[in-house]
Amino acid sequence: MNERGASSLSSKGEERGFVPGPVAAVRNITKRFPGVVANDGVSLEFRAGEIHALLGENGAGKSTLIGILAGMQQPDEGEILIGDQPVTIGSPRESLALGIGTVFQHVLLVPSLTVIENLMLGGSWWQRLGRAPALKRFRELSALLGVAIDPDAEVGRLSLGEQQQVEIMRALWRGEKVLILDEPTSMLTPQGVHDLGQVMRRLKEKGVALILITHKLMEAYEFGDRISVLRLGRVAGEIAPERLTKMTEAEAIDAVIQMMFANRAEHAREAETLVGRGRKAHKDRAVDRSAPPRLRVSALQTEAGLGECPLRGVSFDLWTGEVLGIAGVDGNGQKHLAEVLAGQRRVARGEIKLDGADITRDGVPARRREGFRYITDERLGEGTVGAFSVATNLVLKEIGAEPYWRRGFSDWDLIHSHARDQIQRHDIRTPSEKTPLARLSGGNIQKVLLARELNAEASVAIFNKPTNGLDLQNTRLAHDRILASAQRGLAIVVVSTDLDELLEICDRIGVMFQGRLTGIVDNAADVEHKVGLLMTGAAAP
Amino acid sequence: MTAEVQSKAVEGKSPGGEMARELTAAVLRVLIPVLLALAMGGLILLVLGKDPLAYYGYVLKRGLLSWGGLQETLTRMAPLLLIAAGLIVAFRAGIWNLGGDGQFLLAAVVTAALGPALIDVLPRGLTLVICMIVSMLVGALWSVIPALLKARYGVNEIVTSLMMSFLGTSFANVLVKLFFRDPTTTVPQTRDLPVDDRLPRILDTTIHSGVLIAVAVVILVHLMMTRTSFGLKLQIVGANPAAAIHAGLNVGWLTIATFALSAGLIGLAGSVEILGVWGTVRADWNPSFGLLVVPIVFLARLNGYAVIGFTLFFSALMIGGESAARRIGVPQHYVLVLVALLLIFLALVEYLDHLRRKRLTA
Repeated sequence: MNERGASSLSSKGEERGFVPGPVAAVRNITKRFPGVVANDGVSLEFRAGEIHALLGENGAGKSTLIGILAGMQQPDEGEILIGDQPVTIGSPRESLALGIGTVFQHVLLVPSLTVIENLMLGGSWWQRLGRAPALKRFRELSALLGVAIDPDAEVGRLSLGEQQQVEIMRALWRGEKVLILDEPTSMLTPQGVHDLGQVMRRLKEKGVALILITHKLMEAYEFGDRISVLRLGRVAGEIAPERLTKMTEAEAIDAVIQMMFANRAEHAREAETLVGRGRKAHKDRAVDRSAPPRLRVSALQTEAGLGECPLRGVSFDLWTGEVLGIAGVDGNGQKHLAEVLAGQRRVARGEIKLDGADITRDGVPARRREGFRYITDERLGEGTVGAFSVATNLVLKEIGAEPYWRRGFSDWDLIHSHARDQIQRHDIRTPSEKTPLARLSGGNIQKVLLARELNAEASVAIFNKPTNGLDLQNTRLAHDRILASAQRGLAIVVVSTDLDELLEICDRIGVMFQGRLTGIVDNAADVEHKVGLLMTGAAAP
Repeated sequence: MTAEVQSKAVEGKSPGGEMARELTAAVLRVLIPVLLALAMGGLILLVLGKDPLAYYGYVLKRGLLSWGGLQETLTRMAPLLLIAAGLIVAFRAGIWNLGGDGQFLLAAVVTAALGPALIDVLPRGLTLVICMIVSMLVGALWSVIPALLKARYGVNEIVTSLMMSFLGTSFANVLVKLFFRDPTTTVPQTRDLPVDDRLPRILDTTIHSGVLIAVAVVILVHLMMTRTSFGLKLQIVGANPAAAIHAGLNVGWLTIATFALSAGLIGLAGSVEILGVWGTVRADWNPSFGLLVVPIVFLARLNGYAVIGFTLFFSALMIGGESAARRIGVPQHYVLVLVALLLIFLALVEYLDHLRRKRLTA
């Protein structure tokens, strides 16, 4: 990673020759949502042939700004300039017509259609679908990006990296003035990130203005020519190219951290989390592996539904007090693994043993009695019922059981007092225990989930992307709770696509690739390299 | 949304002032659309050259203010309330049981066939109870196919239950015309259950005791949905099926149970209507209450107590509307125009209220 950073640094130096005017700019953009000012007088300029990295943590206003440029939201105040002309971007179509293309975090292609069919989808309804002109444009863009994709390949069969290249083509389809990339590396393998870097540099050389949205400092430094930091809806600071080129990596990161956290000492820990140089708290503990493992999983297989990756043979042992990380690119069977362990997905073959007893066939209620806890990544999707009160959600997995239910009748007084207790103990910020859960922020919803799952009876906990979408402070809280649980003697599995997170809290890291656990490595020196290899499907190092 | 309102109503222990304000808002949300619908309905009557005041006067007089009319109105409430109870169970669980008409009619026909046959050998009370139980089973049986298809394969129950409803209404006719036909009558119909053997009347009125059963059932269903673990489980399945699976609920079984309970209650409605009012089923008889109750249930936001009020309102409108239409010479189904207007205005007021709330939180 550092190596590439250095090379892009040198190319920055060579480009200092000309200073083009901005092709696009926002001036004093303010956008308010109920309760928050998402963008507060944001002014930024985007220049041709420059990668402008926009940094900020969750809730800093990055997504809102993209939404405004992509025509999905209208600013309350301020203006957008294309060249020197103020424009109104009323819809995504208008945004594309102005030459602003956006690649969102999640792939928005139709997987059952071919590449070229996906690219032709954007036309007006009265236009004929012309394959020949579409192919011509496709070849132009392929050359521009320097990629080779079969236009007749079904999108669903492409790798995520290739799908992202198709997304980039679609974003540039109507013109290549500005390209916005929203967290583009979040679902890529290291190789995919490398390829993306190549594509971004080519586009930059061709004079496209790139906007790279990220919350990773290293990425911003590595790819960005200019770095702007958003904080609480405002531009907290900007490092211009002429300054950035003169900075070493450490200096740049230091400068950015200064911008992100006004009071440096107070936020040193957050900054560490952000740059991925975690505390490596697992180092403080030694896992006792002399006893037989708490949980033994052997040769697990599942059946896949449409578009899912099944388990094709997963085996591991897990000891008391251990945190096992499951790394891998999203969609390689992690979800099935978590669900199988939680008991909410049927095992086709293989077995799961807890303290030597076969529990393979047990469903969710039985697993829960055995002490299994599954903290899902789909907090509102499946973890909770958003329309129900915080109190109800806190007992969602106990419905019908004593003491909150007696002979099937609900004891609402007890449920509510239990909730008030939990709200206080876990510092859940909610107007009342009767507030519908969906009104809470993501961090507080996660606190509700953690309060519900990590009670005294828990013995095995499965975390699926525990900090997804959380801001720094809540990320830290979640990490602390995971580590505290391990300290208490829980056996813990953490599924995450964020390698930095796993490096910080895990004792061992296993890697999933196409439904198999390709290897488990100790969280020691050189672990990044080993995990990176495993993620691409290479044999265990 | 509805669940949220409900849980507030149940858990509601908020300070009195806030509760009173919310109650006022809830009443206004209902009252305003009703008044707007009546006003708009009056305007349409004016355009048609009829006197709206006379129309509403007749509706009121016949539906509520005359003793005979009031008894008819209350009697009509029985099947509507029982169907509403069945729909509340289903809709709360997020299951669209729209097969009410088929379930209702089949249960009615089986009751009409069973009642006269049993009364010859069994005492009246036992006959009535057996008829009601069997009719619930018949209703439930008619929901098995949509329930299984939904639970096993995720087939949309709106389509399957509606199709089963068409089959059910036709099959009920077949039963009346071919199997249960009373040979002594010219028009195909089942044997008549003698008036003295039907559901007992309340005191000296013409209102049968099925109305009391219906009110009790609605309240019981309401309490079941809000105060028991079973009710909460159904609501979770309805509000977020993925969360239900995540929490380890047996969604397939709950789906089938919901369908059976819902269709059973609708079957009971058919039985009570026969045992209380008609005593027989004539061929091609189909009051089509099933779909009529759907808007009532939504107007009441799936709340059992509110449903009783709305059913009274609708019954009065139906009973009064029939006579008023005859008297001033508008089509008998003009009541349905009022119902449609009511729904439109209700949606409109709901939308405006939603916007207001959004502004308030902003």
